[in-house]
Amino acid sequence: MSRSWIDEALAESEQSSEGLAAEGRRQLPLADREQQVLDRIDRARRRRPKVREERVTMSHGAGGKATHTLIEAVFLGAFRNPLLEPLEDAAQLAVGGARIAFTTDSYVVSPLFFPGGDIGDLAVNGTVNDLAVSGARPLYLSAGFILEEGFPVADLQRITGSMKAAAAAAGVHVVTGDTKVVQKGKADGCYINTAGVGVLERDVVLGVAHAQAGDAIVVSGPIGDHGITIMLARGELDIEADITSDTAPLNGLVAGLLGAVPGVRAMRDATRGGVATILNEIAKAADVGVLVHEDDIPVRDEVRGASELLGIDPMYVACEGRLVAVVPGADADRAVAALRAHPLGEQAAVIGHVRAEQPGIVQIKTQFGGTRIVDLLVGDPLPRIC
Amino acid sequence: MRFVDEFRDADKAHALAAKIAALCEPGRQYKLMEVCGGHTHTIYKHGLEDYLPESVTLVHGPGCPVCVIPMGRVDDAIHLASQPDVIMTSFGDMMRVPGSGGSFFDANAEGTNIKMVYSPLDSLKLARQNPDKQVVFMAIGFETTAPSTAMTMIRAAAEGLTNFSVFCNHVTIVPAIKAILDSPDLRLDGFLGPGHVSTVIGCRPYEFIARQYGKPVVVAGFEPLDILQSIYMLMLQLSQGRAEVENQYSRVVPWNGNPVALKAIGETMALRPYFEWRGLGFISHSALQVKEKYAAMDAERVFSVPGVRVADPKACQCGEVLKGVLKPWECKVFGTACTPETPIGTCMVSPEGACAAYYNFGRMNRTRVAEATGTARS
Repeated sequence: MSRSWIDEALAESEQSSEGLAAEGRRQLPLADREQQVLDRIDRARRRRPKVREERVTMSHGAGGKATHTLIEAVFLGAFRNPLLEPLEDAAQLAVGGARIAFTTDSYVVSPLFFPGGDIGDLAVNGTVNDLAVSGARPLYLSAGFILEEGFPVADLQRITGSMKAAAAAAGVHVVTGDTKVVQKGKADGCYINTAGVGVLERDVVLGVAHAQAGDAIVVSGPIGDHGITIMLARGELDIEADITSDTAPLNGLVAGLLGAVPGVRAMRDATRGGVATILNEIAKAADVGVLVHEDDIPVRDEVRGASELLGIDPMYVACEGRLVAVVPGADADRAVAALRAHPLGEQAAVIGHVRAEQPGIVQIKTQFGGTRIVDLLVGDPLPRIC
Repeated sequence: MRFVDEFRDADKAHALAAKIAALCEPGRQYKLMEVCGGHTHTIYKHGLEDYLPESVTLVHGPGCPVCVIPMGRVDDAIHLASQPDVIMTSFGDMMRVPGSGGSFFDANAEGTNIKMVYSPLDSLKLARQNPDKQVVFMAIGFETTAPSTAMTMIRAAAEGLTNFSVFCNHVTIVPAIKAILDSPDLRLDGFLGPGHVSTVIGCRPYEFIARQYGKPVVVAGFEPLDILQSIYMLMLQLSQGRAEVENQYSRVVPWNGNPVALKAIGETMALRPYFEWRGLGFISHSALQVKEKYAAMDAERVFSVPGVRVADPKACQCGEVLKGVLKPWECKVFGTACTPETPIGTCMVSPEGACAAYYNFGRMNRTRVAEATGTARS
């Protein structure tokens, strides 16, 4: 394990106290010394990330800090271009005069079948949603299957049946595909990759970097249903709750929102890493502060209960049919009304606001009445959620 | 949600904050240590410090089971996991703790099979399902988790399982508190006692703190109002010049502890002559080992363990943080080289660690509520 970054940090710590005698620093008021450290941390967090591990670990797939580091250091490092660089849910490109959105996603959920859906639903809805929140009308999907030797054909038919129904519900077609089979033990049943294209018909440019102080942050419904459903479906926890995945196509909901509020600044679907991750992406990309109110965040009692028992925060738990939207403050009520007019958005709510203070940091006012930071998640509470 | 929301009521919190502020003597500073990492987590997660006057400082104590595991023990565990046909099981908190050559996650990327479990009984299930493998449970924690390890060993013995063993790293809280009280570089005014440990050992073991050291102790629950009320009880004792052990968490903690749990520990485990605590060094009679009678389930005897002592990285100041001498942000590498994603020290790993709690939840400018500053009364 390399220790060089430790030396770097020590050097910076020394440097920051330069010009102040050691005793002088001690005499600085406590709050000022703390602020000095906070500023140093802020600088460290803005540095280009480096992957320090020699091998990929499960944390790299968790959607938190390690995933971001891997994407920025390895993938962006190799493929960097202006279309990729915004790291939005879908790339937006112009082809022969038309503007299209293009995205891809892989699905490795375990178990393959769970209350409220299966890997086939996820594979269609997830890609449809990535296109929808980019402001595109989803049109065509590809589907690639990696199958493990011995996988029951009946299960495969059940999965493709779900995909067919989900595609019909979302109004898209699966138009190309691929199949690979690997030896028993080299994969876990069935993995699916889908890619999708959609057409950008509206003259809107969405992106989390457009968030401005005063904007409102809206979620389209209760959060965390999918993640908790999967965790309980694995049967490892001896907890039972009446809860199902929220997997659903969001293109109808998005169309309603964009129709009512053309000035929407950004949308994201809250999958891996949950709502907390999106809030952090907003704060970082737009260099703004975000303040949300715990009391205003819709969470089902079953999800809250299971989260309390397991010591996890619903803010980090994946959804598969919820979106987070940033809208101008003046449009907040109209946005909520538009979302609530759709069956998938009945419990939509404003959960907080964008502000100029403390750029880069997401804060939450807790139910208890205190405040704390909501950071990107480290580590992996729940692998293979989608 | 019942049994949760009642303990997070903001109105009650404002009322308690005003009472705490009213008890502060002008010009006096109060340093109260919450011994348990669970308390540290709650304090930061709910932003409890917003309710405290500037003159009341919470000092984070050593009661985070993951934080006190020295690097050498992590290396030993990875060595055990690297033996042929071994499945190691561990609580999730341990997975990211760095040893000298990396964490359990890194070891898994290199080929070991270390599985996360929620309970030692899950390890037993694995042992039954894999009779051709040796299942080793990485046992960590204070008296809170020791009984579940003990009960698991007793059950394994009853079932006649021969492929299950325990790598015992259980520690006991009282010697650590004593080490802190004897440490010359820290002056504390009182303690929030560890609620979960006390469900097992009861409140009596803390009486020496009140009697010999003259410091008040309030055994506290884990919801934010529990902690705020316990702080109020400590402040009340201090204002009245009392030093007693009081039990705020009486809905869960019996004064005399849990005799069944204590018996199970006594049946399977014995005190070690000494044990190394990360950052605190060797403390005598501060940890548990598997008893002779259960030697066949003692991973340290079944396998050979290198037992090499590994010095903490020079830059790491976990010891000072664990003792409460340094606030997390006062450590030189805090937040720059040592972050939750690349932790150097254990305090940055566990959600109960003071550094992780501060980094993840508290890294910001705090505004106190009006009641805490006393302005609400004027």
